[in-house]
Amino acid sequence: MTIDMSQFYEVFFDEAEELLAEAERLLLGIEIDNPDSEELNAIFRAAHSIKGGAATFGFMDMTEITHVLENLLDKIRKNEMALTAEHVDAFLAAKDVLKMEVDGHRLATPVDEDQVADVKKMLSLLTEAGGIVIKPAPVAVMPVTTPEPVPVAAPEPVVAVRADGLTQFHIYLPEISDKDAGNLKEELGLLGDVVSSQNEQGRYVLVLTTDSSQADIVSICSFVLDPDDLVISLAPIAYTAAVAEPVVAAAVAPAPVASAPVSSTPVEAKTSTKSGVAIHEEVGYGLFSEDGTKDVEEGYGFFAPFTPHADAVVATLIDDNTIATEANSGKAEVVVAHAAEQVERRSPGRRESDKAPASAETSSIRVGIEKVDQLINLVGELVITQAMIEQRISHLDPVQHEPLINSVGQLTRNTRDLQESVMSIRMMPMDFVFSRFPRMVRDLAAKLGKKVEFVTIGATTELDKGLIERIVDPLTHLVRNSVDHGIETPEKRRAAGKAETGVLTLSAAHRGGSIVIEVTDDGAGLNRAKLLEKAAKNGLDVSENMSDTDVFALIFAPGFSTAEVVTDVSGRGVGMDVVKRNIAAMNGVVEIRSALGYGTTISIALPLTLAILDGMSVSLGNSIYVIPLNLIVETLQPRAEDIKTVTGEGRMVHVRGEYLPIIALHSLFNQHTDITDPTQGVLVLLEADGKKSALFVDRLVGQQQVVIKSLETNYRKVPGVSGATIMGDGCVALILDVAALIQMGQSTNYLTGAMSFSNNSNQTIQSSNA
Amino acid sequence: MSTDTVSSTASSPASNKAKSVAGEYLTFVLGSEEYGLEILKVQEIRGYDAVTQIANTPDFIKGVVNLRGKIVPIVDLRIKFHLGKVEYDEFTVVIILNLNGRVVGIVVDGVSDVMALKDDQIRDVPSLVTSIDTKYIVGLATVEARMLILVDIEQLMSSQEMALIDSVAVH
Repeated sequence: MTIDMSQFYEVFFDEAEELLAEAERLLLGIEIDNPDSEELNAIFRAAHSIKGGAATFGFMDMTEITHVLENLLDKIRKNEMALTAEHVDAFLAAKDVLKMEVDGHRLATPVDEDQVADVKKMLSLLTEAGGIVIKPAPVAVMPVTTPEPVPVAAPEPVVAVRADGLTQFHIYLPEISDKDAGNLKEELGLLGDVVSSQNEQGRYVLVLTTDSSQADIVSICSFVLDPDDLVISLAPIAYTAAVAEPVVAAAVAPAPVASAPVSSTPVEAKTSTKSGVAIHEEVGYGLFSEDGTKDVEEGYGFFAPFTPHADAVVATLIDDNTIATEANSGKAEVVVAHAAEQVERRSPGRRESDKAPASAETSSIRVGIEKVDQLINLVGELVITQAMIEQRISHLDPVQHEPLINSVGQLTRNTRDLQESVMSIRMMPMDFVFSRFPRMVRDLAAKLGKKVEFVTIGATTELDKGLIERIVDPLTHLVRNSVDHGIETPEKRRAAGKAETGVLTLSAAHRGGSIVIEVTDDGAGLNRAKLLEKAAKNGLDVSENMSDTDVFALIFAPGFSTAEVVTDVSGRGVGMDVVKRNIAAMNGVVEIRSALGYGTTISIALPLTLAILDGMSVSLGNSIYVIPLNLIVETLQPRAEDIKTVTGEGRMVHVRGEYLPIIALHSLFNQHTDITDPTQGVLVLLEADGKKSALFVDRLVGQQQVVIKSLETNYRKVPGVSGATIMGDGCVALILDVAALIQMGQSTNYLTGAMSFSNNSNQTIQSSNA
Repeated sequence: MSTDTVSSTASSPASNKAKSVAGEYLTFVLGSEEYGLEILKVQEIRGYDAVTQIANTPDFIKGVVNLRGKIVPIVDLRIKFHLGKVEYDEFTVVIILNLNGRVVGIVVDGVSDVMALKDDQIRDVPSLVTSIDTKYIVGLATVEARMLILVDIEQLMSSQEMALIDSVAVH
């Protein structure tokens, strides 16, 4: 039976990315002097889960790096090594490499092998370095005065270091006959060196030194006995003293509890033939068995903290039961770690603190986005239908039809609640975006020699998933800009009488029907004079009496940067125009507020979701059109003297010193209307892509939120129309594509539009009511 | 697009001989002529509702309607075929077609019947000059001295002259 593993890849990638993000968040939040053991454990767990998953799917590159990462983390979380800033940097670098590898597997993006090797080397170096500077095992808490080097009987664990890369497995058999045990020993002999012994309960303990994996052993044993009854532990021989030491301590610590004479265990008798590590572990097991632990369920001993075999993850497939010994408290604690078949990629060597977070994982489900979208669509229909019903009953006599009206009222409330909850499914907290910035700010600030405190406000504010993904890039640009250009160097700040550490605030809040995201720094602020000077130099049309808003908006012009030095961080002036374009594409608006010397705030207002548009409905003849509200500058009813023509044709309107072309929608769309004189109708001033035009329509109808529907599903793209929507009465209204309209108005159609004015709309009538 | 269905492969009279066009047909009236289209293409039949006109489209495309949340274009075949009086009243019928997932409505004068036609009832189309290309007519059927014009509605609706689909729309 072959299973197509690729179907699970996406799940693994998603999970790996989440875990990496989580690990990064924890790493950034960790206190180096006094790390929270819970947090260290969580980071370790993340690394371990990724390793397990990667090994399952055969991404060996990821397994390798997580493996070294795990080694180092393991030492730190066991207090064998003090956490330093260097470690955190190494972990972050490892996280980056892992992310790169995930992307490499997922999107086939290139993976920088040198970087991978560097990080791996750095991690191993740190791991080894830690072996020398060991934090003394927490002797203070230990009730026993255990001699660190267990005397005479046990040689120094250092002896155990073997270079041949073999692994020593301890196999604890359930009660079986001597014959079976003999057979098994013979079979295992094929894999390597086997030594068998019997403990007090008459059970066999086989010590196998081999280069095979645990899975091989299990498969051999399964001929004779049920693998579930089997307990296999790893005793890696190629192991440094540093790691082995606490094991010793742990093993000996419970001695007084068990009050067992260490030297009398029969196990030890045979260990003379074995290496040092083996002895210590055996001592531990001996103790536990003497403790009266008869049941195999409770297991024996502890596993070595990490495994030299990359495929050791297979070990989790065995239902292992381990006794974890808590060295700190000096008492043995029993952890029954049931490794569930496929998902639980837990290490056999996990400690009791791992139990707690398990419950949090089951509180969410992964659902395809298209299912959610379909649900949202259906609810959208329901809302429209409900609005129709409401409209129909509004004519009824309230006295006569009271029950009906009451019921519809209830339906309205329920529908609204339903819509709200369904919409919230697609919503994700802004934290999803914000969480990636602390790292970036930290790195950038370090690189630029600045001190930056990063503050986020309103991280729980929710935004549509589609928008969340699209806001990341623009926001990254803005944050980067603020650190690079906004916040000054500590010296400059001191000179300006400000605190050395600059504050960069990222905030999100709901305001009306939109979400406002702001990037605020308390840096130098925008220099109006400098901007104007630079703009003039770039050949932009500027004047001294422009408003601040207009001047600040200049930084969004392509190729505009006031930074004196171009760094690899920013300063090339390509970012801001892209930011503006991206945000405009999301129907959002960017605004800059700044005060020289006090800082800058860049504010982005976005609609809550892409599926809903804030629109202004306008009428033309007997149809209704919807114009996206964010593109409307203003609406006005022109006076006759404000309407000007060029060569008697092209019409313009004079608005506050500007001449704007008039686009007559009725002639552009060839639609009949009685109002053909702009002074009788309404001019809607539109701005898109930096161009302004006045759209001439009959009337403004009202402002409302509309659900965007595609015309192309069943029809095709229509020039000047970006989509359609269904109004409250069930009719279809077209949503105008403002950018295209302005384009159309400026090309050939504009001429005909102008002509229809002069011909007094003769040709528009004929096309009506066909 | 969508030339992979059975009906659309029978797009020319020549292929009719090899291909059976027998099946159930929904017959409808346009002026004094009777037409038939494959019943399996029909999603529903409904009355004519107010449509929303779309700018700069051929006159036979009436516009779009809201069909339970879907935006569906409506084509008036009477205008396209230059047949019948173009009036919209409570008897005007719209046949909603589902052509490979695309939903389109056609306005006709009336829907008359569903008929099972056998191969021997169906004749080839002679070469004629008509307002639509005869390649969209799969055959002529005789039923009790009446003549039914069987159209390949899917082929017709996705044709360039209907301008209903983006890839072939010309401006």
